[in-house]
Amino acid sequence: MSALLDVSGISISFGGLKAVSEFSLAIPERGLFGLIGPNGAGKTTVFNLLTGVYRPDEGTIRLAGRDLVGLKPHQIAAAGMSRTFQNIRLFPDLSVLDNVRVACHVRGRHGIASTVLRFPAHVAQERGIEERSRRLLALFDLDARRHEAARSLPYGDQRRLEIARALATEPKVILLDEPAAGMNPRETHALAGLIRRLREEFGVTVLLIEHDMGLVMEICDRITVLDYGVTIAAGARDEVQKNPRVIEAYLGQPTEEAS
Amino acid sequence: MIRSAAPVAAGFAIAVLLQLAAGSVVGPFAVKLLMDIGINVVLAVSLNLVNGFTGQFSIGHAGFMAVGGYVAGCITYYGSFLLWGGASVRPGLLSGGTLLFLGACLVGSLVASGAGFLVGLPSLRLRGDYLAIVTLGFGEILRVMLQRTGDVLTDPASVKGAAATTLATSLGGSLGFSGLPYYTNLLWVYVFVTVTLVVALRLKFSSYGRAFLSIRENEIAAEAVGVNTTRLKVRAFVLAAAFAGLAGGLFAHEVGVSLNPRELGFQKSFDIVIMVVLGGMGSVSGAVLAAIVLTLLPEALRSFSEFRMPIYALALILMMILRPQGLLGLREVWELPWLRRRSAGGGTETA
Repeated sequence: MSALLDVSGISISFGGLKAVSEFSLAIPERGLFGLIGPNGAGKTTVFNLLTGVYRPDEGTIRLAGRDLVGLKPHQIAAAGMSRTFQNIRLFPDLSVLDNVRVACHVRGRHGIASTVLRFPAHVAQERGIEERSRRLLALFDLDARRHEAARSLPYGDQRRLEIARALATEPKVILLDEPAAGMNPRETHALAGLIRRLREEFGVTVLLIEHDMGLVMEICDRITVLDYGVTIAAGARDEVQKNPRVIEAYLGQPTEEAS
Repeated sequence: MIRSAAPVAAGFAIAVLLQLAAGSVVGPFAVKLLMDIGINVVLAVSLNLVNGFTGQFSIGHAGFMAVGGYVAGCITYYGSFLLWGGASVRPGLLSGGTLLFLGACLVGSLVASGAGFLVGLPSLRLRGDYLAIVTLGFGEILRVMLQRTGDVLTDPASVKGAAATTLATSLGGSLGFSGLPYYTNLLWVYVFVTVTLVVALRLKFSSYGRAFLSIRENEIAAEAVGVNTTRLKVRAFVLAAAFAGLAGGLFAHEVGVSLNPRELGFQKSFDIVIMVVLGGMGSVSGAVLAAIVLTLLPEALRSFSEFRMPIYALALILMMILRPQGLLGLREVWELPWLRRRSAGGGTETA
C-alpha cells in the first residue's frame, strides 16, 4: 500500500534549537492518524512544515507522489492539503458564508475581466461556489448563521467553521490542529463523529493534533508521539498507550513520581 | 448579459444628463464642484482597493494621480500643438480634441498602473508602516522629479522642432503645467466614476474581491486556503494606480486647476486616505459618501480654511479611537442593519 501523504525525515532548526528532528510519517488514503505530544513538542511546527509555512532543512514531503518541499502555502493548498489552526484564524469580519466561499477560490479560474464584465462562465462559477459553500455549511449546522460575521459565532462554531473552510478547498489531506481545544465533552463527542464523517463522506485523509486523549484514542487508526521534536513512538493506539517512553514523556520518570 | 450591462448604462445616462442639464440649472461653480466630487470618488474608491480591501497601507495615491495627470497632460498639450498648432480646446462631443484627451487619459492610466506595479512589488515583503513609508517615498520622489522639469513650451515652432524627450521633460517644473486645454466635463468624469464603481463593486462581491478581503482579514489563513496573496497584493496596487492615473488625467484637464507638483503631493494623498478611513475600510459606498462630504466641507468652511488640516487630523484620531473600521466598516450602505430589516432578506447580489 503506497501512502497518500509520505513524509520522510524532515527536520528544521531555529537558531540552535532543533524544533523537529527527522520526522517521518506515511498516511494511506482515507487514513485517520493522530499526532500527540506534550506542549512544545513540535506538533504545530510539523503542520507548518507540511503546509509550506516553513521550509524543512532536510527531508521530503510527498502528496500523491508530488514533491511539496519548497512550494508556497497557497500552492500546497491547491495541491490538495489544507489545515485548521490551533489559535483559530478565521476571516473575522467576513460573513460565515464568505469564509467558506473564499476557500472555494482555489478550485476556480478568476480573472478581473471576467469578474467585472460578468461573463456567463464567471456567473455560473459564482453560483456553483455559493451552492457548494451552503452545502458544506449545512453539514456543519452553520447555514442558518451564514450572514453573520465569523467573529460573532460562539467558539465551538468557529472551530467547526474553520474545518468547513478547510474542506471547501477540496483537500485530499486535512490537517486539524487541536480541533477540540476549548470544547466541552459533549461538543468533543460530536466533533469525533464529524471527523469520522470527513473520512466517510468526503474520502478525506486526516492528520489530527489533539490533547484530548479520549478523542485521539477513540478515532485515530495510528498515533505518532513527539517529544522535544523527536518521534518517540508510532503505532496503533494500544502500542502507544503502553509504550514506556510515552508514559515518561507525559507523566515524568517513575523515580520522580515515587517521591 | 443585459442585466450585467444595466448599471453601466444607468451610470452613463446619469453622466449625459448631468452634462446636459447641470450647467444651466446650478451654474458653473456647482459644475466645478460636481467634477471635483467625481474625481475624488474615483480616487477614494480606487485607494480603497488597496487600503480597504487588501489591508495594505498606501499613502502615496496622489503620486499615481500625478503620473496619470502629467502623462495625459503632456500628450494632449503637445499633441494638440503637433496636430493643430495650438493647445486650445477643439469643441464637440467626439472631436479630434476629445478623442486625443480620452486617449491621453487611458495612456496616463496605463503608465500609472506600471508605476503601481513597481511600488506594489515591495508590498510583498513589507507590511504596515514600512510599506506606508515606501509609498510616501514614491510620492515625494515623484514630486521632486516633477519640480525639476523644464518650462512648458508655448511656441508652435519650437514644439514642432523639439525631440520627444524634450517634450516629455518640459512639464513646467515647480510652477506647474499651465495652458492645458480644459477637456474635462461632467460627462467624462461621471462615465469614469461609473466604470470605477462598477469595477469596485463587482470585484467586492465576487471570488476575486473576497480573496482581496481575505488578505486583510488574515494573511496566513488566506494563503492556507489557496489565495496567492503576493500576486493579489500587487494586482490591487496596479488596479488602484490605474484608476488614480485616470483621475489624474481628468484633474489635469479640469477648469480652474493648476497641475503642479505641490498640488499632488503628500497633502493630496493624505486627503484620499482620510476619505477611505472615514467612509469605511472596504466599503465602496462609504468611500463615495466620504469623498462627497470631504469635497463639499472645505467649500462650506472656506472661512476657516487654515483650520482644515488640524480638524482633519483630529477627526482621524477620534475615528481611530472610536470607530477604527470607519463609519460603515466593511458594509455597504444598503447592507446596514436598519435598512436590511425594512427590505427583509436582501441578498448580497448587487451591481
